[in-house]
Amino acid sequence: MSEPAKGISRADVSHLAGLARIDLSEAELDHFAAELPAILEHVAVVQQAAGDDVEAMSHPVPVNNVFREDVVVPCLTPEAALAGAPASEQQRFLVPKILGED
Amino acid sequence: MDLTRLSAAELAAKLAGKEVSSVEATQAQLDRIAAVDGDINAFLHVDAEGALATAADIDTRRAAGEGLHGLAGVPIAVKDIVATQGMPTTCGSKILDGWIPPYDATITQRIKAAGLPILGKTNMDEFAMGSSTEHSAYGPTRNPWDRDRIPGGSGGGSAAAVAAYEAALAIGTDTGGSIRQPGALTGTVGVKPTYGGVSRYGLVALASSLDQAGPVTRTVLDAALLHELMGGHDPRDSTSIDAPAPLVVAAARRADVKGLKIGIVKELAGDGFQAGVSARFDEAVELLTSAGAEVVEVSLPSLEYALAAYYLVMPSEASSNLARFDAMRYGVRVPPAGADDPSAEQVMASSRDAGFGDEVKRRIIVGTYALSSGYYDAYYGSAQKVRTLLARDFASAFEQVDVLVSPTSPTTAWPLGAKLDDPLSMYLQDVATIPANLAGIPGLSLPVGVAEEDGLPVGLQLLAPQQADDRLYNAGAALEKLLEDRWGGPMLAQAPDLEVAR
Amino acid sequence: MTTETLVPVEDALTRYDPVMGLEIHIELNTATKMFCGCPTEFGAEPNTQVCPVCLALPGALPVVNAKAIESAIRIGLALNCEIAEWCRFARKNYFYPDMPKNFQTSQYDEPIAFDGHVDVEVDGESYRIEIERAHMEEDTGKSLHVGGSTGRIHGADFSLVDYNRAGIPLIEIVTRTIEVPGDKAAAVARAYVSYVRDLIGGLGVSDVRMDQGSLRADVNLSLKPRGSATLGTRSETKNVNSFRSVERAVRYEISRHAGILDAGGSVLQETRHFHEDTGTTSSGREKSDADDYRYFPEPDLAPVSPSREWVEELRATLPEPPAVRRTRLQAEWGFSDLEMRDTIGAGALQLVSDTIEAGATPQAARKWWLGEMARRANEQGAELDSLGITPLQVAEIQALIDAGRINDKLARSVFDGVIAGEGTPEEVIVGRQLEVVSDDGALGDAVDRAIAGDPDAAQKIRDGKQAAAGALIGAVMKEMRGQADAGRVRELILEKLT
Repeated sequence: MSEPAKGISRADVSHLAGLARIDLSEAELDHFAAELPAILEHVAVVQQAAGDDVEAMSHPVPVNNVFREDVVVPCLTPEAALAGAPASEQQRFLVPKILGED
Repeated sequence: MDLTRLSAAELAAKLAGKEVSSVEATQAQLDRIAAVDGDINAFLHVDAEGALATAADIDTRRAAGEGLHGLAGVPIAVKDIVATQGMPTTCGSKILDGWIPPYDATITQRIKAAGLPILGKTNMDEFAMGSSTEHSAYGPTRNPWDRDRIPGGSGGGSAAAVAAYEAALAIGTDTGGSIRQPGALTGTVGVKPTYGGVSRYGLVALASSLDQAGPVTRTVLDAALLHELMGGHDPRDSTSIDAPAPLVVAAARRADVKGLKIGIVKELAGDGFQAGVSARFDEAVELLTSAGAEVVEVSLPSLEYALAAYYLVMPSEASSNLARFDAMRYGVRVPPAGADDPSAEQVMASSRDAGFGDEVKRRIIVGTYALSSGYYDAYYGSAQKVRTLLARDFASAFEQVDVLVSPTSPTTAWPLGAKLDDPLSMYLQDVATIPANLAGIPGLSLPVGVAEEDGLPVGLQLLAPQQADDRLYNAGAALEKLLEDRWGGPMLAQAPDLEVAR
Repeated sequence: MTTETLVPVEDALTRYDPVMGLEIHIELNTATKMFCGCPTEFGAEPNTQVCPVCLALPGALPVVNAKAIESAIRIGLALNCEIAEWCRFARKNYFYPDMPKNFQTSQYDEPIAFDGHVDVEVDGESYRIEIERAHMEEDTGKSLHVGGSTGRIHGADFSLVDYNRAGIPLIEIVTRTIEVPGDKAAAVARAYVSYVRDLIGGLGVSDVRMDQGSLRADVNLSLKPRGSATLGTRSETKNVNSFRSVERAVRYEISRHAGILDAGGSVLQETRHFHEDTGTTSSGREKSDADDYRYFPEPDLAPVSPSREWVEELRATLPEPPAVRRTRLQAEWGFSDLEMRDTIGAGALQLVSDTIEAGATPQAARKWWLGEMARRANEQGAELDSLGITPLQVAEIQALIDAGRINDKLARSVFDGVIAGEGTPEEVIVGRQLEVVSDDGALGDAVDRAIAGDPDAAQKIRDGKQAAAGALIGAVMKEMRGQADAGRVRELILEKLT
């Protein structure tokens, strides 16, 4: 286990990889756990930059109310839609069994 | 006459005058690609048949007297992050190996509508994450100036293709410098337009609030011509600016800096900048002064936080944008080894582990962390506040000056592999380019000579306020002319000739 | 299905007070999806209503449907909400194969509508339901689970996904916590969902069909010991697909929670699934990811800032508020308070109104929907509006009764035929040969036979005892197998014998 600097441990990396759906190998976990603290330490300086009075910028060009009319445009054909699918059946995308219900 | 040495503007004039055909020009580029790309690896995919078919069509239409776009028949290379219907689009990633989009990006549509033969798709760092093009799953692109060095990234393929005369025009995308930094490192011109100036529809998203496509060329005028073709409002991109596009071609032709107020960014000089880079930059500024520009020093205090903010915003947005690559609807599905009857969840996780490279995984993990509950305010939220501060800094700077200048990259091209094991030092290379992305302003990099110590190209970056892209082209074209007058020819004439495979 | 101990609801309510929260998802009936121009037809062939945007192909970008924004604002106004002056979409990040982007474009802390309320009535009492927010989001695709022994998701070999539904606009309406007397909780929950259905149906922005999933309810419930101020842990019961199920889900969860708490256990915060067949719930997907959706403002969409002028324009388009409408209808129809309350309670207000609109008298419309139809719905465990008969058909059948072509008894057979898909009421009458006989020739012969067959009764009538006609009418009706016009038969008997 690497030192949990800046609040990130190997277990944290494993949890994050789970959230991000990446099945990291043990070696990758070691590698990232060793590397991420320095990166996070570097980026943490942003916390010193601005106070509560500064708005966070989500969009670099301020534009509001960009809408389209509710008018149908042509779709892809099912063949085109499914062309890139790793597997398909009955004009549907075939995926492995889904755990748990939605 | 070697057609591959012509600028796009020169070739367009010859095509319009029917001195040469598009098929001849396209074939010349394809021959050049065949001759040099084995070494350079700028292209991931070459579409000789499609390019020649477009060229023949344009030649026919021109012969019939049809009114054509000014760049019709001029071949172009497209970064592999841009969706091209019927042509592979991999983003330099294994996870998209073999994926063929069923649709065109808006810029692809505009290129096709204007009749530019698409030569193929250019190499890049995987999903545009990197500054060296070494993070491509399909092998690195090499710098035409020195094939043991990187061409910059992420758009090393487009820049190298243009520098190696494989194309006069190429499309790049720039999230933190991916057009401008490779431009600097390969002695070519690259422009990141104002955010919203060019449609993002069909560009595989890295960081939605930072990404912008732009031209990669050998001359400032060529960049303007391509910029004008690509740019303008697109109703399919909600962040596209619905206003008249800046008149960049006219500005590039004006090329006059008399009375122009230029600000040198104090924080982007000195420590950390290679001596040869600083020397060439200073000379270029002197040239501008001699041509009548007024040069002052300005400060952007928030730049101190810009790199950190960038390396939070970009991975955060990327972690979400790249979630769709789950091997369910498209992409390469890799079931986990040893699992009997694996679930969708397991197959997603194993496919993403197998399909993504190290740097992509690193950034997804960082981004996932920065967006996590409990960390959001400290990381992503704070980073977005830095953008506000930076935009304020730029706004006050642009009250004093018309354009800002800095070196594009702190160093010249480094040897392949030199920074591969040190992500932080790789990130630091982007210090001068990322502020423009964070603030949504346009930036242009053009070559200003080679560094004395290594003989490698140095780039100068111009920055302007949002929607004032024309100022970049005016100043850039003026500086280009001053430099070429001094050199007695274009920058790339100083590059070593590539060995040509026959 | 469960080894949990269930405590009878009435018993549970002596010790615990339920605290509810209701989330309703409304699928809008816009022509196109929330963020792309694909059509939204229900029941289309799989993957025929998809494009790069709603399939989340690399590079595709969303653009907001103006009509969806308009509908969201109208819904917000109808729920007495404030409309945000400025709000953004947000990405809700989690992985699921039927969600193409692996994030849902939704709204997080900036909903388009917030701080509203509605008043619902149960047993003559009015209850105020506070609306926390109504926000915009998008639907997911649909999975078909193939293989496995049970055909359910668990044990399925693989799934087949159709993305036609992915990206259809949804409005999610979230209440604040609802605390009402425990014995009213289930009925209030049902009344609220029914009220929202009527309200939004009246706006014309959604089909609000629970059976087709265009209105879906989630029931959040926790118990707290009577007199305690501390909230318990809640369960979230998903996709409760009928009004009746809303009521049953509340009652089941009260029983289940009480069983756990009585045994000294603690309720798990989890998603549960309601089963229509058994009226029970079972544990759903583990919410391991759910704790961390990593919301952030959607950078691909511009913020939404509806002008106050636009909001007021939309306010002016709202139909009459339900309470006002109910008062007006009651007066127009001449219903007693009890009749009106029963009509609303049965969820039949709109059906009755439509039936009257189609020509039936108010009492006839009420009689059929609250009598015959309610009985059938109850037997089938179905909703009135999913019985397979429309208000127009009910009105047509009543008109046939009024014209004397059928009687009430035959009408039931006509309902059977219509519901069984045998055609229009007219076609069913012909097909089943149900028309009443009022032809004097045929009836006269039958009357003669009845008189001959019961001389005693005939004599009594001749002697002036008209009540004895009943026996003769009965005999005629029996011979005619009910298909006789009883009034005409009576007239004929009296003509012949007096």
